[in-house]
Amino acid sequence: MSKYTEDDLREELKTKEYEYGFYTDIEADKFPAGLNEDIVRAISKKKNEPEWMTEWRLEAFRIWQQMEEPEWANVNYEKPDFQAISYYSAPKQKPKLNSLDEVDPEMLATFEKLGISLEEQKRLANVAVDIVMDSVSVATTFKETLAEKGIIFMPISEAIQEHPELVKKYIGSVVPPTDNFYAALNSAVFSDGSFCYIPKGVRCPMELSTYFRINEGGTGQFERTLVVADESSYVSYLEGCTAPQRDENQLHAAVVELIAMEDAEIKYSTVQNWFPGDASGKGGVFNFVTKRGLCETNAKISWTQVETGSAVTWKYPSCVLKGNNSVGEFYSIAVTNNYQQADTGTKMIHLGKNTKSTIISKGISAGKSQNSYRGLVQIGPRAENARNFSQCDSLLMGNECGAHTFPYIEAKNKSAQIEHEATTSKIGEDQLFYCNQRGIDTEKAIALIVNGFSKEVLNKLPMEFAVEAQKLLEISLEGSVG
Amino acid sequence: MLKIENLHAQVEDKDILKGINLEVKPGEVHAIMGPNGAGKSTLSSVIAGNENYEVTEGSIELDGEDISELAPEERAHAGVFLSFQYPVEIPGVTVTNFIKTAINESRKAQGLEEMPAKDMLKKIREKSELLEIDRKFLSRSLNEGFSGGEKKRNEIFQMAMLEPKLAILDETDSGLDIDALRIVANGVNKLKSEDNAVVVITHYQRLLDYIVPDYVHVLHDGKIVKTGDASLALELEKKGYDWIKEEVNS
Repeated sequence: MSKYTEDDLREELKTKEYEYGFYTDIEADKFPAGLNEDIVRAISKKKNEPEWMTEWRLEAFRIWQQMEEPEWANVNYEKPDFQAISYYSAPKQKPKLNSLDEVDPEMLATFEKLGISLEEQKRLANVAVDIVMDSVSVATTFKETLAEKGIIFMPISEAIQEHPELVKKYIGSVVPPTDNFYAALNSAVFSDGSFCYIPKGVRCPMELSTYFRINEGGTGQFERTLVVADESSYVSYLEGCTAPQRDENQLHAAVVELIAMEDAEIKYSTVQNWFPGDASGKGGVFNFVTKRGLCETNAKISWTQVETGSAVTWKYPSCVLKGNNSVGEFYSIAVTNNYQQADTGTKMIHLGKNTKSTIISKGISAGKSQNSYRGLVQIGPRAENARNFSQCDSLLMGNECGAHTFPYIEAKNKSAQIEHEATTSKIGEDQLFYCNQRGIDTEKAIALIVNGFSKEVLNKLPMEFAVEAQKLLEISLEGSVG
Repeated sequence: MLKIENLHAQVEDKDILKGINLEVKPGEVHAIMGPNGAGKSTLSSVIAGNENYEVTEGSIELDGEDISELAPEERAHAGVFLSFQYPVEIPGVTVTNFIKTAINESRKAQGLEEMPAKDMLKKIREKSELLEIDRKFLSRSLNEGFSGGEKKRNEIFQMAMLEPKLAILDETDSGLDIDALRIVANGVNKLKSEDNAVVVITHYQRLLDYIVPDYVHVLHDGKIVKTGDASLALELEKKGYDWIKEEVNS
């Protein structure tokens, strides 16, 4: 690999500045509120998309118009007014700060607790950094390594331009616009997102993370992610970030599609920490996400998620086990505190023979929150010898929160083996006193008990993510016991 | 070291302790015996600071400082250790992780750095050998699926790790077979020094064959009604508690 010189870096930063300049130019034009075909066309045009993409969006919009907002989830919220939202505004440049001293001290305290490095803190808080900032060069090395292996990892808007044949083939193939109300909406108006393609037989040498897409302009309101792992390839993908994310957009409706071809494996890990609203439940993000993966023969998809943020979460990362011997896994920790509401779980659709799925869900409820697990295990008529194991554990803190479990099982093949275990427990006063007596204060004792409860799932996260996620659990539950 | 004066305590408005006086000096072993319902376990909970009990009168001093208003973890930091009669389970938290957290929290309270991992491991090895604890045991979830003997041995292991000034052993002998009893008692004896003290709360004399007390107190209806040396325990074993009750009532 040729050495990366300071000149290269300077050159790159120049182009970056240009990009920012470009964004600044269009920042002024934010679309008027409301949604109609013209707006959809205009979004597509803004992004300079090819005709097929525009048509695809329009078709999705027409489908969306026929649909109704779902009401079956165990959550209560005031429905968004879809005509009051502006569907296009270029990613805003946050004001650049000169040093960490200018950053909200509360935010810094959180970074500190999460153990985020100083450099990283600056990046997250949008503080101007030195030209020798480590992560820039890391990111560059990273890109070169990926390119050598033929791995494509870029914003989906770029992929539409540069790899239209791939995007066209796979977008909507797992989550079609007809799938549900929010998927249709996302398909019509998605702002941006990530595209990733791993060629045949390639094992992606590092965890792919949205973190490394350095020229990204911030997470969009309607994100679209597409990950394609070609035959016998492997990728581990990290999404989100433990640092608290605030956003002026209340409604978030993302779509994530994963395609694991024959013998391929995708590991998809998420840490979600959107603003949950204040202690009285005001102002949090609504997170309505559709995530689904398709497994061909012998393929494997693992979803691991740590959900601590958002006021309302509605999310079911699922696996369609189409190929014989394919494997689906779902590992989840969902924490709700104060007035948060989460309705989350998974769907395991067994179509192929000898397909296997595992569901481990850990729900932690505190404050006045409501935490629901909703999961479907479906065994198709041709899915001989399909097996599922589900375990749903709930931990309650205090007397005002709720935990709910809604498991659905549909077996259409007699050879299926389905196991479901569920437990509900409460952090007991006796447990706390025991810890206290050993010198561990109540706050720390709760963290210890919660971490013990969540361990099976935390262990599934990539190492560096797991440490931060563990701290995030502690922070999310701070002050939850009086 | 420990000085309890005229201690009254209640739970749910019911008086349990009705004027306890007790003084324990460094290097001493005290046994507190008594029939069921005399208030033995209440006394240990109150010393440790369990908030389910309300102290209505009197004081508890440790090294001359009144600890009766301190939170339970602050009492632990000051050197009070309670070996529980019924240790609780904490799923997913290993014995090692738990004790490591406990030690480091106490160190933090004293303004010390966390104990280096190397020292921690060395100490764990030493103490587990002392108590004949299998290393595999240390990576199991705290008290989850432990036998009665394992739970009590684990309590004494934690005591060995934390090195308290004052250890209160609440019915540590219950649920132990004779081999486990010997191991636990030997452990306690090895941990005894001129600087610490042990209060053994027990219903039966048998633990006192192994841990020989300097004083034996009989607790009855919330008060210490009789104090003697080790021979008092033997007498109680032979004659039961009824004669004490009669003596008190006459």
